[in-house]
Amino acid sequence: MYHLRATGATAYRIVQQLLHDKRTIVLMFLAPTILMALLAWVFSNNARIFNSIAPALLGVFPFVIMFLITSITTLRERTGGTLERLMAMRISKVDIIVGYALAFGIFGIIQSVITSSVAIYWLNMDVAGPQWFVVVVAIADTLLGVALGLLASAFARTEFQAVQFMPAFIFPQLIVCGLFVPLAQLPDALNAAAYWLPLTYAVDALNGVVTNANITSNMWRDIWVVCCFIVAALACASLTLRRRS
Amino acid sequence: MNAIKAQKLIVQKAKSEILHSLDMTVQPGTITGLIGPSGSGKTTLMRAIVGVQKYKGELLVLGSPAGSISLRPRIGYVTQSPAVYDDLTVKQNIHYFAHVAGVPRSEADVVVTAVQLEDRQDQLVRSLSGGQRARVSLAVALLGNPDMLVLDEPTVGLDPILRNELWDQFAELARQGKTLLISSHVMDEAERCSELALIRDGRLLWSDSRQKLLEKTKTGSVGDAFIAMIRGPV
Repeated sequence: MYHLRATGATAYRIVQQLLHDKRTIVLMFLAPTILMALLAWVFSNNARIFNSIAPALLGVFPFVIMFLITSITTLRERTGGTLERLMAMRISKVDIIVGYALAFGIFGIIQSVITSSVAIYWLNMDVAGPQWFVVVVAIADTLLGVALGLLASAFARTEFQAVQFMPAFIFPQLIVCGLFVPLAQLPDALNAAAYWLPLTYAVDALNGVVTNANITSNMWRDIWVVCCFIVAALACASLTLRRRS
Repeated sequence: MNAIKAQKLIVQKAKSEILHSLDMTVQPGTITGLIGPSGSGKTTLMRAIVGVQKYKGELLVLGSPAGSISLRPRIGYVTQSPAVYDDLTVKQNIHYFAHVAGVPRSEADVVVTAVQLEDRQDQLVRSLSGGQRARVSLAVALLGNPDMLVLDEPTVGLDPILRNELWDQFAELARQGKTLLISSHVMDEAERCSELALIRDGRLLWSDSRQKLLEKTKTGSVGDAFIAMIRGPV
């Protein structure tokens, strides 16, 4: 009971912190939408290309943004002394990590819903399958970004380093995830590597819902794999919090 | 029973030894000043006592080995720089830490009153002065009415009037039976402690009452006594 309340209080506290930072909230909700609109504009004479890229980006945008926001905020808590204070109190490490995942998860879900809605209803992105599935995948990607961000913050000493983790951790996944080149056309070694990276599955699920009228077992498998990566990253992140140094 | 009892306490960080076989006792209900220059190991000793620093040797706090889970609600810890969220209001900070400490919200009002921040409750911590921020951090440590308070340089950078007020508050807490361990590198603050622990280069030069220290070194101030203790064992 105590741990449930401590987790809830932590999530609520992080939401309160973000609510005091209006500019971050506006950027978080508007930036992906504007990028999406820009993309649609760029390909306004070639809707086919927009339709082949846009779904994957619905997963990529929240993933990248939440990764950055989460890793920097968590790093601040680690370096600001508040984490040490919490560690001297009753709260458990899992309470803190789950609290973080919940708080950023809520913001990520709102972001995903906004971006997906704009892409589907305003930018006329074609989706053959059920539209709710697009949102489900986008939410899973958001949580994946949060989980990996929490983990990455453990390996950064400064905010400078945390930002550098984006090219180091995130860009390789972007390049081989099937966004630029279909997985089947990748060289064998890269193809094999791609199946060890979570973003590959997220993009595969989004591409699937766009072309298939029904949800295939393959798409469910994709969602499960992403969820497993989320849980694994959160578990590793809570191991990186040290009560005693 | 001693509030703190250290025997052959050793702390190593990154292969270098910070505290060398330290012996120390602190009586309950007293204000003990942990006095020493910066880099002497004050913060390391305090971190070991509150249970966030690994150590070797024996370290009993309120009867249990330091780091025990049962001790966490019984010790209030104020780190050197105020460990509160500067993008939250005073009230939001206190309410959050009250949840974490597992104490009812009503107690949040009690601690805010104790540090005289009632009229700043809805202000962002970022917009407070250094002294006010330090008091928010102190208020958090007071949550749950802990038996012991470990305060790391709580008065650094404060104006003399506020410093005086804080020390009056510490004296009041000690009168209520709490044990206070307060670090400082300012010698004149040592004059306000009944007990003293003088630390230098990770070794304890003195751990007993201030009165006895002055008598033993035949000096009139803690600053002179400190120098006398460094010059050679009396």
